[in-house]
Amino acid sequence: MSTDVVPGVVAVVLVSIATLVIGTWGLRISRTTSDFFVASRTVRPRLNASAIGGEYLSAASFLGVAGLLLTFGAEMLWYPIGWTAGYLVLLVLVAAPLRRSGAYTLPDFAEARLGSRGVRKLCSVLVVGIGWLYLLPQFQGAGVTLRSTIGAPTWAGSLVVAVVVLASVSPGGMRSITFVQAFQYWLKLTALLIPACVLLAVWMADGAADPAAAAPSSWSIPVASPGGGIGLYTTYSLIVATFLGTMGLPHVVVRFYTNPDGRAARRTTLAVLGLLGIFYVLPPVYAALGRIYAPSLVDGGSDVLVLELPSLMVGGAAGAALTGLVTAGAFAAFLSTSSGLTIAVAGVLSQDVTGRRWGSRRLGGVAAFRVAAAIAVVVPLLLSLPARDVAVARTVGLAFAVTASTFAPLLMLGIWWRGLTPAGAVAGLLVGGLGSGFAVAWTLAASPSDGWGSAMLGQPAAWSVPASFLTMVVVSRLTRTSVPAHAGRFMVRLHTPEAVELQR
Amino acid sequence: MSEQPAQRVRVTGPARRRADVVRRVGAREIDAETALGEVFMRSLLREQLFLALRVLLALGTTIGLLPLAFHLFPSLGDVRVGQMPLAWLLLGVLAYPWLVVLGWVYIRRAEDHERDFADLVGSVEDEP
Repeated sequence: MSTDVVPGVVAVVLVSIATLVIGTWGLRISRTTSDFFVASRTVRPRLNASAIGGEYLSAASFLGVAGLLLTFGAEMLWYPIGWTAGYLVLLVLVAAPLRRSGAYTLPDFAEARLGSRGVRKLCSVLVVGIGWLYLLPQFQGAGVTLRSTIGAPTWAGSLVVAVVVLASVSPGGMRSITFVQAFQYWLKLTALLIPACVLLAVWMADGAADPAAAAPSSWSIPVASPGGGIGLYTTYSLIVATFLGTMGLPHVVVRFYTNPDGRAARRTTLAVLGLLGIFYVLPPVYAALGRIYAPSLVDGGSDVLVLELPSLMVGGAAGAALTGLVTAGAFAAFLSTSSGLTIAVAGVLSQDVTGRRWGSRRLGGVAAFRVAAAIAVVVPLLLSLPARDVAVARTVGLAFAVTASTFAPLLMLGIWWRGLTPAGAVAGLLVGGLGSGFAVAWTLAASPSDGWGSAMLGQPAAWSVPASFLTMVVVSRLTRTSVPAHAGRFMVRLHTPEAVELQR
Repeated sequence: MSEQPAQRVRVTGPARRRADVVRRVGAREIDAETALGEVFMRSLLREQLFLALRVLLALGTTIGLLPLAFHLFPSLGDVRVGQMPLAWLLLGVLAYPWLVVLGWVYIRRAEDHERDFADLVGSVEDEP
């Protein structure tokens, strides 16, 4: 083993051990099924906001954004803005009512609101599908990171993440993972902040060269290439996908049920906005410095910019220490997002698949959860092994388009419009899900080309979201006799402040 | 049923109810889904929805108009503030505090609405 892999190995081992220790510690205070799924709904806003931040800032945020900014410039700033603004949309439209609905998962919400098993099943399938689509790039990113920092084969990184996630999720469930993820947010922030400060100091000492001077003029224009009508369409479509997609992410939604009440859910969301804002100021720093110090990464391999920039700018032991720090942050990013997704997918699987009666046997709540967690991790792990490299932020962006076209309309209409019917919800979910799903499959399979057709499939949200909304509304109006009898009652529960004591 | 008295066990749980909850006539009107309760709920729902839409409008007319602005006036790409290109300053730094401000304003207003609603529901009792 050569000496330059030491910081990477030390970082990965330390992060894994810290995750397992905190996860095991959670075992001591995690007792009931409710602890497993929603941490018994007693997580305070500040801790919960750190946990949401830790869970949400995936490999796409930690590595992908800086790389995309380096290559494409200001147009990619829409990714971090959209991922943050999504929480503002979630705050004003969904946060408090979703918490007051009192359901565990998205399928629970759909069933409680619409009183239909069919809608529930469709939502379960969508949650599992979206969860796996989102887990896949996390595992792949872990493989790329370990290959870049310690020269391990690609499958090794994926396997390490999968094993650590399973080992930390299975014993303590949601209660313990809350502490793990809160810890990982602060780890990720530190791992990006300290090297950024050092690198900025080095840049100042070098005479503070102008990053934009080395870049084409499109680097300073926040409209997607190639500009013109298509560029404008692509930019706004990305904005729609990220602004609306956040509220439908299964691992984010499940976190809202861990708040004590609707008021705390709002405060948590505001704190998340602040934490994400602090974090997302940093990737552009790496991108700008990369233009000066790492020009060779611009045209290929920009995903490793954050990992390699410290050693390119600072030599010796200090450079190695900084490399270890960013590697630790990247690894924490894979672990925390994968854990959150695993919890969300396992929560749905354990209610609808492993927790059901199979023949004469029926697993208890906690055992069913553990089996479901294993399934939730192993399937995307197996899928990630043969899959070819896809840019991490790209796959994650596609997952946002799918949630924006399915769960966002369901949540928004379900919370604010009494007239939604089960048939309308199913039709809208199918139109949005199949439309955006087809676009995702086509984009991942086909080679990119220019023109409107490619732009509309590559960034489907601008047409698939309105299509889904319109279908839900029109079909609901056509089937208005089947508006659930309890809809009015349920709306009252969603919107009544806690200070007013109703019979629930 | 056994005749033997069971050993006493102290059962405690987290406090579920706040002391200052309003359990008044107004709340019963809503529970019973009367016309009056319906009016209460509809007005709260409309207020909260319009508040949400106003915040989203503020978001759309600031951050949301930036791509259009840079599309219509490409020369904005050359504008610098100090050493920073304008786009990087607006989208990379200033957008985040603005999002927090919007969220903070929303929470204040939404909680005001809910307090007014609780007062309204509570005040029904006082009427003759």
